[in-house]
Amino acid sequence: MVRYLVSFGLFAILVALLAVGLGHDPRRIPSPLIGKPAPQFSLPELAHPERTLSRKDLLGKVTLFNVWASWCVSCRDEMRVLDALAKSGVVPIYGLNYKDHRTAALEWLKAFGNPYVVNAFDQAGRVAINWGVYGVPETFVVDAKGIIRYKQIGPITPYALNRKILPLVRRLQEEARR
Amino acid sequence: MIPEVGQFALMLALGLALVQATLPLLGAWRGVPEWIAVARPAARAQSLFVLLALLCLTYAFLTNDFSVAYVAENSNTALPWFYRIGAVWGAHEGSLLLWASILSVWTLVVTFRSRSLPPDFTARVLGVMGWVSVGFLLFMLIASNPFTRMFPVPLNGRDLNPLLQNPGLVLHPPLLYMGYVGFVVPFAFAISALLDGRLDAAWARWSRPWTTAAWLFLTLGIAVGSWWSYSVLGWGGWWFWDPVENASFMPWLVGTALIHSLAVTDKRGAFKSWTVLLAIFAFSLSLLGTFLVRSGVLVSVHAFATDPRRGIFILMFLAVVVGLSLLLYAWRAPTVKGGGNFHVLSRETLLLVNNVLLISAAFAVLLGTLYPLILEGMAVGKISVGPPYFNTVFVPLTLPIVFLAAIGAGVRWKQQKLRPLLRYLWPPFVVCLAAGIGFSIWYTGEVRALVIVAVVSAFWVMLLSARDIWGRIRRNLAGANRWYRVPRHVLGMTLAHFGLGVFVLGVTLAGTGSMEKDVNMAPGDSVSLAGYTFRFEGVTKLRGPNYTATQGAVSVSRDGHRVALLHPQKRVYIVQTSPMTEAGIQSGLFRDLYVSLGDPTGGGAWAMRIYYKPMVRWIWLGALFMALGGLVAALDRRYRLTVARGAAPAPRTPVPPAHPVPVSPGNP
Repeated sequence: MVRYLVSFGLFAILVALLAVGLGHDPRRIPSPLIGKPAPQFSLPELAHPERTLSRKDLLGKVTLFNVWASWCVSCRDEMRVLDALAKSGVVPIYGLNYKDHRTAALEWLKAFGNPYVVNAFDQAGRVAINWGVYGVPETFVVDAKGIIRYKQIGPITPYALNRKILPLVRRLQEEARR
Repeated sequence: MIPEVGQFALMLALGLALVQATLPLLGAWRGVPEWIAVARPAARAQSLFVLLALLCLTYAFLTNDFSVAYVAENSNTALPWFYRIGAVWGAHEGSLLLWASILSVWTLVVTFRSRSLPPDFTARVLGVMGWVSVGFLLFMLIASNPFTRMFPVPLNGRDLNPLLQNPGLVLHPPLLYMGYVGFVVPFAFAISALLDGRLDAAWARWSRPWTTAAWLFLTLGIAVGSWWSYSVLGWGGWWFWDPVENASFMPWLVGTALIHSLAVTDKRGAFKSWTVLLAIFAFSLSLLGTFLVRSGVLVSVHAFATDPRRGIFILMFLAVVVGLSLLLYAWRAPTVKGGGNFHVLSRETLLLVNNVLLISAAFAVLLGTLYPLILEGMAVGKISVGPPYFNTVFVPLTLPIVFLAAIGAGVRWKQQKLRPLLRYLWPPFVVCLAAGIGFSIWYTGEVRALVIVAVVSAFWVMLLSARDIWGRIRRNLAGANRWYRVPRHVLGMTLAHFGLGVFVLGVTLAGTGSMEKDVNMAPGDSVSLAGYTFRFEGVTKLRGPNYTATQGAVSVSRDGHRVALLHPQKRVYIVQTSPMTEAGIQSGLFRDLYVSLGDPTGGGAWAMRIYYKPMVRWIWLGALFMALGGLVAALDRRYRLTVARGAAPAPRTPVPPAHPVPVSPGNP
């Protein structure tokens, strides 16, 4: 009899597992990097290949680190929000141009606006891998000590900006001042 | 008015399903012929009302009745009529109605094709199917009603998901569900046999054509789905190990094991309780697949509807149906006596190995599919398991199956002497080995062990299948039979095994021989790939019924002769404004030329992806052979004759009488 109950036992475990799984939000992809120091990088700048941008440049202030590409359609949607944010001057936006062609990326910035303080050019996508990028666009909130505090997957909507990102940025700026 | 009719039909169907699920089972238990007699009419009426509901929903789609919320969300006046029919099952609620409708189709067929079965057995079968129907109808009426009205009525609908606007969509879900849901029949047979306590060889014989029929639809459904993703998704791939693909593939693997195990139980009376368990597994995996897709517990391109309430309902339903079945199994199966003995070298042993391998493969797929959930359940984080895992685990498990499939058909039941078997096998083996090694090295230009093993196995199963049929024809020519008189179940099996070889060859050669290039081309530019020259002629604007498209023209030539003009498109659907790629494909038996249009890169130039895919059609051709084999086998007269003989034992085989006294003492 016990031998024949094995499959029932396995099935019960499966059901328990699925029940736990149902409680999770399938759209939430927690980043293991949140709360950890941002990964080191050093890349040529997009507009000026002779200069480099590295992790050091992000330190000392709260920053947004936005991963984008000229071939990415939803990055275009995000641009309006980012532009408005850049004009408000609340927080500097650094860009990571991901697996792109330099000319295409520069033309794209001309056409759709350039909210970035400066862009790093990650043609091979290596740095993006270290940052745990799933796809573009993604945006990281990095605090003054260089620790990743939040990750937005997909374009930044006005809702996400006002409800999550801006409050967090203000709190982090408070913390940095203290 | 019509949607209300549909709604009412669903409610009536639920009531009738409750009758169908209770009275016949009680009648069979208590031995009340009047209650047993309720089974057929109740099942038929229930099925007809569900089908009426499906018709009502289809009518609402065809007449653009946007007061029905489901129609408004998934259709549009500009949507062509055939996609409006496809849109009926294009989202959550309609998929469920399709599920229930196909269950009704199977129920109807069972009521008509079961006249010669013992009435109490049929009553139990229909009762079990009734419970499944109750579950799905309740689910629809409580949490996923397709007929919910919406006020104010929108002027136009939000249109069907553009990904689904493809001829493949009209076909894929019904075929797939015919397979998925079809496993309810062997499941109901197995449960009835367990309830009955008569776990003999008879139920196995009755289940065989049903299992094969469900399996052939599932094979076709999976093949159409794979072909659809190949032509629509624009990545040139034909299988992605997506959770939803896996959800349909697991029942296929277990169903294949079930077909083989049923053969042993039918002919030799062995593996009885194992076969019952497989029948339960096959249907449980179909339900699990429905759960995975419909609850959105795993994110995938297919999970359109995610509502936790729905997930909980299906999970509870799954737990009740499968849990009760497994408990019933644990209660009844220990009383079953083992069947006929067999020698180490016999067809039984080979089929046992086949079962072990297929089930292990299904388990590997299950593990890979649920792995992200397991990790999340242990709070490790979110990780998904990709094709590398599946390819590493799956290929070594399945290649031996291909190799053994060729041998199995030629090995005797019970005991096979080794020497004559080897004498029969060595000449073709040497031929296949030589041809396979030679061909793979010529084809890939290098020595790759896995490719060689795969090609040799494919040649092996194809050659032995052909030889098997040829041997039978030759014996017929020599004897009194007409030459083409080959028993259908043998012919079917051989066709399916041959198809397996075709499939493996396609997968291997398409996988190793494919070439691709990402290019940026301005009009007039050419690029060459695999001996073909692709020249970009420019783009034109097009207007479809509900989209605008940019259509590229790419002419392909070889040695100066033009071989194809490809028209890859990039569509923007007007309502949902999402861009869609439609690859330009020229297909041939030995190679596909495939171009998919990317984004404009300025100055009239476009990013493009160009593929040369040899032998890719063989993948689906193999599946077609398998399905055709299933069709031929399911139509074997042998099953009809046995059924016609009803309860009488089959004299030819040494199986125990079809209906001895109940085995279980617990049966009243």
